Amino acid sequence: MTRDATPARYDWQRFTLAQRLARFVAYLIAVTVVVWAVRTLDIFWPWVWSAPNEIADMFNRMSPPDLSRGDEILGAMIETIHIATIATFLSLFLALPTAYIAAQNTTPNAFTLWLGRFILVATRSVNTIIWALLFVAIFGPGVMAGILAIAFRSIGFTGKLIAEAIEEIDRKPIEAITAAGGDKGKIVIFGIIPQVLPTFLAVTILRWDINIRESTVLGLVGAGGIGLILQGAIDTFQWRTASTILIAILVVVVLGEFVSGALRKRVL
Amino acid sequence: MSTPRAWRKPAAIANPVLRYGLFVVVFAYVYWAIASLPINWERVTQGLPRAVRIFSNAWPPDFARRSLMVSGFTESIQMAIIATLLGVAISIPVAIMAARNISPMPVYTVGRAIIIVARSFHPVIVAIIFVKAVGFGALAGILTLTLYSLGFVGKLLAEAVEEIDQGQVEAIRASGAGFSKILLYAVFPQILPRQVGLSIYQLDSNLRASAVVGVVGAGGIGGTLMNAFRRFDYDFAFAILIVLIAIILVSEGVSGRLRRGLS
Repeated sequence: MTRDATPARYDWQRFTLAQRLARFVAYLIAVTVVVWAVRTLDIFWPWVWSAPNEIADMFNRMSPPDLSRGDEILGAMIETIHIATIATFLSLFLALPTAYIAAQNTTPNAFTLWLGRFILVATRSVNTIIWALLFVAIFGPGVMAGILAIAFRSIGFTGKLIAEAIEEIDRKPIEAITAAGGDKGKIVIFGIIPQVLPTFLAVTILRWDINIRESTVLGLVGAGGIGLILQGAIDTFQWRTASTILIAILVVVVLGEFVSGALRKRVL
Repeated sequence: MSTPRAWRKPAAIANPVLRYGLFVVVFAYVYWAIASLPINWERVTQGLPRAVRIFSNAWPPDFARRSLMVSGFTESIQMAIIATLLGVAISIPVAIMAARNISPMPVYTVGRAIIIVARSFHPVIVAIIFVKAVGFGALAGILTLTLYSLGFVGKLLAEAVEEIDQGQVEAIRASGAGFSKILLYAVFPQILPRQVGLSIYQLDSNLRASAVVGVVGAGGIGGTLMNAFRRFDYDFAFAILIVLIAIILVSEGVSGRLRRGLS
């Protein structure tokens, strides 16, 4: 009987035992969570199996798109773009001071820092449609509620990115202005604004693009724009009008993205 | 000698005609847009007293109907989890289709088209359509969020595929592997880290979106919130909003930490 003299073969393994265990636990948690979600979710399964047919049926009823209300849809689409643009504009006036107090290096004191951060987080976490519900309750149904909803929702996004830009500025120009005897206002105008202007413009344009998409839903809670007509068409089962509206939204959103991309390339 | 000139800040736009022209255009547009929009100023001016009334009704927040809140949020979270899984699973083949370096032109066009359509529609719009097609409830919400995930993850994953190192693809192909082997051994290993990060990010954004698709009847806490608003139960609505913001913050924190831990 011959014994193999070489020691036990060393098999190369990509992960250590601890790493493998950690991966196993991660997979186990993921699978458990998914199983829990599927098992306990209140789903009526026959509807799931009939869903593909229902969706196909809906697409059949949607085609061909009905262009007879084209003028009305075009008008509502322009209104939607107006809402997005004015709201973006308005949100800048709200976001700039918020960014100023939410940036560590410009905020006056600790209280304002946390106030600024709280405003950024709260406005970002509440969805446009929830803001719209609130503003419809306050200002009544209509465009005004829509503009305010979009503007408030945008504060968090634009404010956060601008605050980060302010925190990353070069200190030297500010020291130079201070040394030359410039006061707070001068520091902001000559030291901070020129440095954050490109970011500011890029963020604004990006948010405008997002806002066009967001403003298409305002009408569903009565806050103006194309959503109102879409909801009306769907509620009255005018599927062919609905598909025209969806195509209009698609075209405007894609155009908006294209314009925004081209503009951002120019300012950066 | 002439009088000493004061230093002036160089303008961001050098050409004065363009600079002032831009201002004029912007103000003209804003004026025109506001004038053309149907705003009922009379109603708007009534807003302040109404706001005071709403906020005084909303305070203190009413956490009494806890069971309603718990079931709503549980459903939202479940919808988000299932939709993330489905959306991420579907987004992989779509991302492969929409990567210019792997797919032939006709397939690429189809893949890009799917992503553009999925990305262009706000989840709430998709939700009203699915609610009409498959009925009220979580199913419509799951379908909506799946499409939403498909658009976002598909787009970024396609970009990740386009940025892969071609050397590995060539090496695998040189060893005589077919298309599926190339995908399995040269493409997937390179996009896997990105894929995991995106999935975690998408779970977080699905959780946010799952709270609003309920507003149009697609299940989750949004429906509860909408009903509270409709019945002027502002104190209950405010309680839901507080919990919603808290959950979103926790989810954002966990998601961010997990993604940092992975990268």
